Amino acid sequence: MNKYLLGLLGLTALACSAPALSADITGAGATFPYPIYAKWADAYKSKTGVGMNYQSIGSGGGIKQIQSKTVDFGASDAPLVPEELEKAGLMQFPAIIGGIVPVVNLEGVAPGALKFTGPVLADIYLGKIKSWDDKAITALNPGVKLPADPLTVVRRSDGSGTTFNFTNYLSKVSPEWKEKVGSATAVAWPEGIGGKGNEGVSSYVQRIKGSIGYVEYAYAKKNNMTYALVQNKEGAYPKPDNSTFQNAAAYADWKGAKDYYQIITDSPGKDSWPIAATSFILLQKVQDKPASGKEVLKFFDWAFKNGQKMADELDYVPLPASLVTQIEGSWKTELKDPSGKSIW
Amino acid sequence: MPTTASDATILTPPDSVPIARLQPSPPGRHFASVGWQDVLFEKTTLFFALFVLAMLVAIIASLVHGSIPALEEFGPKFFVTNVWNPVTHQFGALAPIYGTLVTSAIALLIGIPVSFGIALFLTEMCPPVLKRPLGTAVELLAAVPSIIYGMWGLFVFAPIFADTVQPALQNTLGRVWLIGAMFQGASNGIGMLAAGFILSVMVIPFIASVMRDVFEIVPPVLKESAYGIGCTTWEVVWNIVLPYTKVGVIGGIMLGLGRALGETMAVTFVIGNAYRISASLFAPGNSIASALANEFNEASNPIHLSSLITLGLILFMLTFIVLACSRLLLAQLAKGEGQET
Repeated sequence: MNKYLLGLLGLTALACSAPALSADITGAGATFPYPIYAKWADAYKSKTGVGMNYQSIGSGGGIKQIQSKTVDFGASDAPLVPEELEKAGLMQFPAIIGGIVPVVNLEGVAPGALKFTGPVLADIYLGKIKSWDDKAITALNPGVKLPADPLTVVRRSDGSGTTFNFTNYLSKVSPEWKEKVGSATAVAWPEGIGGKGNEGVSSYVQRIKGSIGYVEYAYAKKNNMTYALVQNKEGAYPKPDNSTFQNAAAYADWKGAKDYYQIITDSPGKDSWPIAATSFILLQKVQDKPASGKEVLKFFDWAFKNGQKMADELDYVPLPASLVTQIEGSWKTELKDPSGKSIW
Repeated sequence: MPTTASDATILTPPDSVPIARLQPSPPGRHFASVGWQDVLFEKTTLFFALFVLAMLVAIIASLVHGSIPALEEFGPKFFVTNVWNPVTHQFGALAPIYGTLVTSAIALLIGIPVSFGIALFLTEMCPPVLKRPLGTAVELLAAVPSIIYGMWGLFVFAPIFADTVQPALQNTLGRVWLIGAMFQGASNGIGMLAAGFILSVMVIPFIASVMRDVFEIVPPVLKESAYGIGCTTWEVVWNIVLPYTKVGVIGGIMLGLGRALGETMAVTFVIGNAYRISASLFAPGNSIASALANEFNEASNPIHLSSLITLGLILFMLTFIVLACSRLLLAQLAKGEGQET
């Protein structure tokens, strides 16, 4: 009986350790980049045989998991501040770019026909602009017929990277927003109804006449929603698409940003979309298991260099080449094995 | 000899069952049952039963432990302040508590009369051909996953609700003094009232099937005597069936209330998720369960997380209070019965 039990235990142990032997890498965190990470993982597995198992449990969960080292990498939509990284012994780098667009439900208004400035958008979300024919909106849109209908504000009800970047943008362009509301993955909204997830917000906006919301660009495109233009830092109204999102990342000052702490909203550059967003990867600076740490780096190296087309298909934007070079440089200097040797 | 034992129970009239239980087991059976297997069996089942208790205690303990940081930070005013600001880390649970109670109340307000009607029709008036299909349909409604109710609520129910029910309510009840304010505001199909409606659809199958089951156990002789002295169907139901089954009926209602209080996904879809307490039922609100579903993922600040866990604890206490109240009510009713006879 005892022998049998021991054998069973041995078998279980073997079964448990099997995934570790095949060197699959694990990650957890942000929900926003989940589709592209999953797609990359699929392609990478068929190419190299190394699987990547990513759980989109939310940025908060991802940060906790990498701190307790239960995963090989964490992912967060909001960058951690350098002090926090220092304390937890983590390094971070951006991995993928996306864009957030305001969407409206107004009859007879074509996608891209409506224009907003940042402060007007902030006043709408502060509840100060209550009707579509408010002077602040009509002054920006002389050619567009706007109804006297009440304006219904729609926003995310769940904590999200989308909300973090959107409220970060509003804080940058409106001192009142910054003081009264601030920016975080979830905030105390002064106004509006909350939809769960991008799909929740887009379905509310599609249903409620005279509503305005904000969603990932991919959702607006997929659902053929009426997106609006937003004035950028240089006063221009660029069209939201992959090139203007990438411009926002390219113009951002990555070289001067310690630990890549850079939020690319309200980026300089005439062709930069003002509400672009990056999602970040978190790694332990000292890798207890240098082999699996190296696998993570190999995966992202492969994804940065071969994953652009897949990203485009899903309406994500790959990092500009200059940024990739810089990131791989920091891998070399920052990531060490326990003996202090660089792992990349 | 188990056969003789069970035969005996069947033959004994129901009200003397307790006495039958007190009788010693027949000889022989007693002998066969002594052995280590029996002890083992008893201990195993005892372990399972205690395991449930231990789980319950563990859940309460972890909820209490998790809520300590928030309660230390905000104190008892956590329960009575209406603020929820993840940026400045100020939290208070009043709005979600209010939303949970109001939506559940609306659900019961609509659900109880409808369920009563369904059960009444099925047991008293339904043609036998329809009885089974209708009864099954009601039970099937209980098996629909709540996320389906949420999606149906958002995509199908809310637009219809916004275009027909809300304007109608606004023009009728909305003009009534005092309660008029409850039916004012933008009718976009999202809000406390819509959530209450969806919840009522979700609790009806629970309440209705329990009511039907208990209505059916009313001894026919009681009803027939009432009909015999010339009572109408309504009089029979109101004076004979309901008093006879009140314990079961209240049990069914509590079951429904329990579901309404803890319902998460369906409510999240239609309640509007705003931490606000407004006079109008058309306005968006929030419930404890949907607040948890919305924010747990991305809550990284310890106070935020602890506040969410405290919300969970409050929901736990709410359901506990509901259960306790129903027990108390039943005990009170039982006492009343004793005096009558």
